[in-house]
Amino acid sequence: MTLSRITPYLQASPLALILLAFLVLPIATIVMVSFWDYDSIQIFPAFVFTNYEETISSPVTWNTYLNTLKYTVIVWGLTLFIGFWVAYYLAFHIRSATMQMVLFLVCTVPFLTSNIIRMISWIPFLGRNGLLNQTFMAMGLIHQPLEFLLFSDFAVVLAMVHLYTLFMVTPIFNTLMRIDRALIEAARDAGANGWQILTNVIIPLAKPGIAIGSIFVVTLVMGDFITVRFMSGGQSASVGLMMSNQIALLQYPAAAANAVILLVIVLLLVAAILRIVNIRKEL
Amino acid sequence: MSTKIEPGKTGSKPAGGLSRRSLLKGAAAAGGLAAGGGVVTGFPTIWAQNPITLRQFGTGVSNLNAIAEKCKADLGITLQMTALDSDAVSQRVVTQANSFDIADIEYWICKKVFPAGTLQPMDVSKIKYYDQIVPIFTTGKLTPTSKIAQGTAPSTVGFVEGPDSKKFASAPTQWMTLIPTIYNADTLGIRPDLVGRPIKNWKDILDPAFKGKTSILNIPSIGIMDAAMICESAGLIKYADKGNMTKQEIDFTIDFLIKTKKAGQFRAFWKTFDESVNLMASGEVVIQSMWSPAVAAVRSKGIPCVYQPLEEGYRAWGGGLGIAKHLKGAELDAAYEYINWYLSGWVGAYLNRQGYYSAVLSTAEKNMTPDEWAFWMLGQPAKADILSPEGKVMYTAGAVRDGGSFEQRMGAVACWNSVMDEDRYMVRRWNEFIAA
Repeated sequence: MTLSRITPYLQASPLALILLAFLVLPIATIVMVSFWDYDSIQIFPAFVFTNYEETISSPVTWNTYLNTLKYTVIVWGLTLFIGFWVAYYLAFHIRSATMQMVLFLVCTVPFLTSNIIRMISWIPFLGRNGLLNQTFMAMGLIHQPLEFLLFSDFAVVLAMVHLYTLFMVTPIFNTLMRIDRALIEAARDAGANGWQILTNVIIPLAKPGIAIGSIFVVTLVMGDFITVRFMSGGQSASVGLMMSNQIALLQYPAAAANAVILLVIVLLLVAAILRIVNIRKEL
Repeated sequence: MSTKIEPGKTGSKPAGGLSRRSLLKGAAAAGGLAAGGGVVTGFPTIWAQNPITLRQFGTGVSNLNAIAEKCKADLGITLQMTALDSDAVSQRVVTQANSFDIADIEYWICKKVFPAGTLQPMDVSKIKYYDQIVPIFTTGKLTPTSKIAQGTAPSTVGFVEGPDSKKFASAPTQWMTLIPTIYNADTLGIRPDLVGRPIKNWKDILDPAFKGKTSILNIPSIGIMDAAMICESAGLIKYADKGNMTKQEIDFTIDFLIKTKKAGQFRAFWKTFDESVNLMASGEVVIQSMWSPAVAAVRSKGIPCVYQPLEEGYRAWGGGLGIAKHLKGAELDAAYEYINWYLSGWVGAYLNRQGYYSAVLSTAEKNMTPDEWAFWMLGQPAKADILSPEGKVMYTAGAVRDGGSFEQRMGAVACWNSVMDEDRYMVRRWNEFIAA
């Protein structure tokens, strides 16, 4: 009797323990440290709000958050557009299942190399004397190298779209594959044209996949620092970069306060996405 | 050490086998003895009998494996080296005093951490070459007539008042905080093929002709000094002490940087050595803050790059070895022996050959060829190819070192890397500049 009562707890305990050790404890530590005090070389336990006050009251923070949100919105829009159409093509225009899997795997091939390598390889390509500028100049399209290609917001967005589109393709492809083809035929029989089928049948049914992809992309872009640092050449800031700077200067409590604020904002964004789309239907 | 052979114990075995085996054993033991005691010479007895390991950490520049290997060979002392960035070094010195024996730190870090009391000052009477240390580190004056530069000049934090004191002495005493190891004078690097005009001043980085083709480094404590050199050169402001600005001076400098950044003068801001090399080598920038080995790295790709001496002078930096408070007895003796060895010439020559400077020049000279010495230290044209310590050609015959001789370069230091009283405020404003 007693055993059967505790069995479910025992069954749940491995996952609970893992989450406790690797999720709850680290976050609790970050929250704790965010209230500590620090000077130029060490941190000491305290309970002060100065880290939050300094973070929230500084216009730099606000600009940085706005900048990060700007990247998030642009990258989200682009990855959604590209990701949806790639998935659509794979799901509806490739007939054989084998070919679908082959092409899907082709999409993932770049991910066999490291994130950083894929990003850095843009730098010689986009540079002032890079391949692209040299090609354009040789073709006579431009007379001056295009400066905005590298160390700019353009470069940051480009690299992020390149890095993160697959995170959109995969879940959308997954949902599109589950759509019952009979529904599409029924819509066509009922007189719907291609556009109406897309907007009234396919997109609504793909929403869970879009939502999951959006969560991936939003959290990745919000937390990114290395892409922003390398592709903007240190010209632009993101929240992640701000934190990384603070950590480099040993201002751990300030970085922790920033992390807590970022966590809250990202959770709010995710909650908003889940509010619009019920992804449980999918799972 | 030696294997004692007792035939009696293996009495059950046939006599012939036994004797052959014991013969082999004896030979092996003799060989071991020879290897341990006779053949390898030069170990000071005490370390050979009782091997000592010293844990040293510091910033990458002087934590060189070659030095650890040579130290092991010469002294029998094992050096465990850990390379960290300067912020992590400062933190470790203060908060984990028992995690190291030797701290290889910069002088401005010393100003920050020595008062924490985790390092012990060194008795100069035990430093064999103390009298020959370059006077920049003792009196602060390279020649009796030179002026002490602004910032955290090594001589201002080089001594404390007594063996247990944490207060920096204003003049040399018997108690030295750091034994200088490596130092240099930094300036702007340029691409002579792309700038298209002579570069003479720090303010040339602001030239509209170089719009979008300049960079400064994004390490606040050093970047602010380069910025100050630029502002002062442009005649915008006169600092009382560039190394210790007031809040108003910091505000002025940062506001100017933000304005310049918004006008599009900078192409990028670099943080690591390789970033600065790539920016320069790819032609993204034509004039920028740089470190001397980075200039050498660009040049080794066959791309022209000059470490341009400027009228206003150099921004200098220097590092040294400090001994942890907890060292005593044999370990402390070993630390002194290591430091004396460090100054005895081999390391000095090694560092000089990389374009840095070493603290005791007379001993380093003996370990360099006359041609190397003339090239690196006297600023004379190389008679033969100049090789790096790894044997790679760095300069071909006929080349001259940028900036000239040791006296010309170290004699023209305008300020030293430093830590300001308003450090935290400066860092906050610097982050604003980067985010702007």
